[in-house]
Amino acid sequence: MAREIPYIQAIGEAVHQEMARDETVIYFGQNLGLTEDDPYVKAFGGDRVRVTPISETAEIGMAVGAAFAGFRPVVQLYMAEFMLVAMDQVVNEAPRFYGMSGGEVRVPLVLQAGYGFTAGWAGQHTGTIYGMFMGVPGLKVVVPSTPADAKGLMTASIRDDNPVVFFHNYLMTLEHGDVPEGEHVVPLGEAVVRREGSDVTIVGIGWTVGKALAAAEQLAADGIEAEVVDPRTLAPLDVATIVHSVEKTGRLVVVDQATRHASAAAVIAAEVASEGFSALKAPIGLVTALDATIPYSQPMEEYLMPSEERIVAAVQQAVGSSPVAA
Amino acid sequence: MDAPPTEELDAALGVELLHGMWRIRVFEERVGQLTRADEVHGLVHLSIGQEAVAVGVCSRLSNDDAVYGNHRAHGHAIAKGAPLGRVMAELMGRDDGLCRGLGGSMHLVDVEHGFLGATGVVGGNVPLALGSALAGRLAGRDEVAVVFFGDGAVQGGIFVESVNLAALWALPVILVCENNGFAEFTPRSAHSTVERVTDVVAPYGLARTTVDGNDVVAVRRAFGGFLEAARRGEGPFLLECLTHRLRGHYEGDPQRYREAVAQDEWQRLDPIRRLERRGHDEGWLDGEAAARLEKSARDEVEEAVGFARESPFPAASLTSDLTYAT
Repeated sequence: MAREIPYIQAIGEAVHQEMARDETVIYFGQNLGLTEDDPYVKAFGGDRVRVTPISETAEIGMAVGAAFAGFRPVVQLYMAEFMLVAMDQVVNEAPRFYGMSGGEVRVPLVLQAGYGFTAGWAGQHTGTIYGMFMGVPGLKVVVPSTPADAKGLMTASIRDDNPVVFFHNYLMTLEHGDVPEGEHVVPLGEAVVRREGSDVTIVGIGWTVGKALAAAEQLAADGIEAEVVDPRTLAPLDVATIVHSVEKTGRLVVVDQATRHASAAAVIAAEVASEGFSALKAPIGLVTALDATIPYSQPMEEYLMPSEERIVAAVQQAVGSSPVAA
Repeated sequence: MDAPPTEELDAALGVELLHGMWRIRVFEERVGQLTRADEVHGLVHLSIGQEAVAVGVCSRLSNDDAVYGNHRAHGHAIAKGAPLGRVMAELMGRDDGLCRGLGGSMHLVDVEHGFLGATGVVGGNVPLALGSALAGRLAGRDEVAVVFFGDGAVQGGIFVESVNLAALWALPVILVCENNGFAEFTPRSAHSTVERVTDVVAPYGLARTTVDGNDVVAVRRAFGGFLEAARRGEGPFLLECLTHRLRGHYEGDPQRYREAVAQDEWQRLDPIRRLERRGHDEGWLDGEAAARLEKSARDEVEEAVGFARESPFPAASLTSDLTYAT
C-alpha cells in the first residue's frame, strides 16, 4: 500500500528495510547514529550503524574493503562534493576492482550523496556533479526524481553487486509523494516515460524531471504535446528508451541542473545524435545551468539555473514558432 | 600486548623461509628478463632485495587472512600462496592469469589464497585493509587484515586518515611498511622530516616496532607477536621493515638518483645470503642443500614460464563482459 511521505524519508526507509532484510548491510558516515534513540542504531546496533571521522577517503576505502568481504556498506556522505576528496577510492579503487580482478571480487557499495542544493549554500556545497561519475566504467550512477523512485532505486542500489553513487537532490528533500510501504524495487538502468506526448521529447534528470513536467503542462496549453523521459540511472544509461521516444517525436530537449560542458545532457545529446539522427527534425536543445560556480546571492543563483521558462523556450524553438502539425 | 613469541629457527622453518625467498627472487629476475624481451608487456616494479618482508609476514598467515599489496606486489602475492604459473600468466596478459589478463603486474588478486589485491596508486590500499578487518570483526571471526606499503605512502593523507580510523575503531589490522628509503625516485629525506615511520604513528598509540627488514627471521618474529594479539581482536599494529630495493623503481629505470650498492655490500644485505650464512653457522644448511633450494625455485619458475606461454590470450571482448558484475 502506498502513502505520501517525503523524498528523504523514502530513502531512509529503503536503507532501514534492507538492513532488516539483510544483515550484511552496514551503514556509516559522518554525524550518523550518534544517539541510542537513532532509529538505525536502535534497530541494528552500533556495530552496523556507526559514525566516522571526517575522513572520506578512509571511510569509503574501508567500505570497499568490507564489500570485498561480502558486506554491503552504505556510506552516508551528505554532500556529493565531499566525495571529491576521496576520488581515488570512488573512481580508482571501488569501480576498478571487479574488472581488474577478472571478475574475482565484487564491490557491492552505495555512496549516498546529496546534490544540487541551490538554496544559498554557494560554490562548494551546491554542485550537480553526477556527470563526473557517469563516465567511470564499473560505477553506477543513480538520480531519483520522485519519492517512490528514491526508495525503489535505493533498494536496488543496495542489492546491486557494483558500487553505486546514489545522488539525491537536496531541493526535493521534503517533497511528498506516494511511496509503497513494503518492499519496492526500481531496477537500475531502466528509464521511464513520465508523460506521453507526440511533438517533442524532453529528458529531465533528477530535480529537472519535475521542471520538465511543469513545462509540458504549459506547452500543452499551446497545443504542444511533450513526452517527458526520466533516465533514473545515468550509468548505465538507457539510451534505447530515449531514442525510441525521439523516433516518435522527432525532437529532443535535454534539461540538466548541471553545467553544460561534459555533462549528462551532453552525453544524452551525443547518444541521440549518434543513434537517432535520422529521426531528428530539429537541432537538439540543451537547457542546463550556466558554466559557472554556483553563486551565493539569490538573484544570481536563479539566473544560473535551468527554469520552466527556459525549457518552454527551448521546446518552442525546437518545434518552430508555429504549432506542430506535421 | 604480550611479548612476541620466541620461535626456534629449526631446519624445517629455515628451509621454508629460504625457499619462499628464492621463489620470489628467481621469479622476479625472470620477469625482468621477460620484460626486456617484451614477453611481459607492461609496467613492472620488482621487489628484488625486499623478499624477507613478504615471506616473513605471509609465512604466518592463512588463506582466510586478507592481504593487500601495492604496485610492487609480486612478492606479496607469491608469498601469500598465489601459484607462480598464474602470476606469470597474468604478467603475460594470458587467460590463465590470476585476473585473466585484466589486472597485470600492479593489480594482482587471488581471492582463494586471501590475496585481496594489489593497488597501483600509492596508499590506495591502506583503507581497504581496514574494511577487511571490520568485516572479520562483524562476522565474529579471528581473521586479520594485513597491508603492505612503502615509506612513500606514509606522507599521504590517506595514510593518516586510515591510521586514525583504525586506531579509533581498534581494528585488527597490521600495517606493514616496507621502508626501502626511496619513494619512487626520491630519497625519504626529501619527503619528510620524520625518519622512522613508527614515529609518524606514535600519537595514535599504535603498538609498533621497527625491524631489520632484510632479516626474515626478525620480520617473522615481530609480525608473529602482532598477529597473536590481532587474532584476539586487538589492533591496529604497525611493523616497519627497513629494507633495500635492489632494482630501480620500475624495470628500465636508469636510477640516476642513487649510487648502485657495491657488490660486497649487497652480499652483506641480501636477505637470502644472510639466511644461508645463518643456516651454515647454525648447522641446519649445507652447500648442497642450499643449491638444491635455489635449483628447485628455478625449476618451478621455468615451469611457470612454460605454463604462461602455453596459455592463450583472453577473448578481447572479455573486458566488456567484466565492466559490471551481474
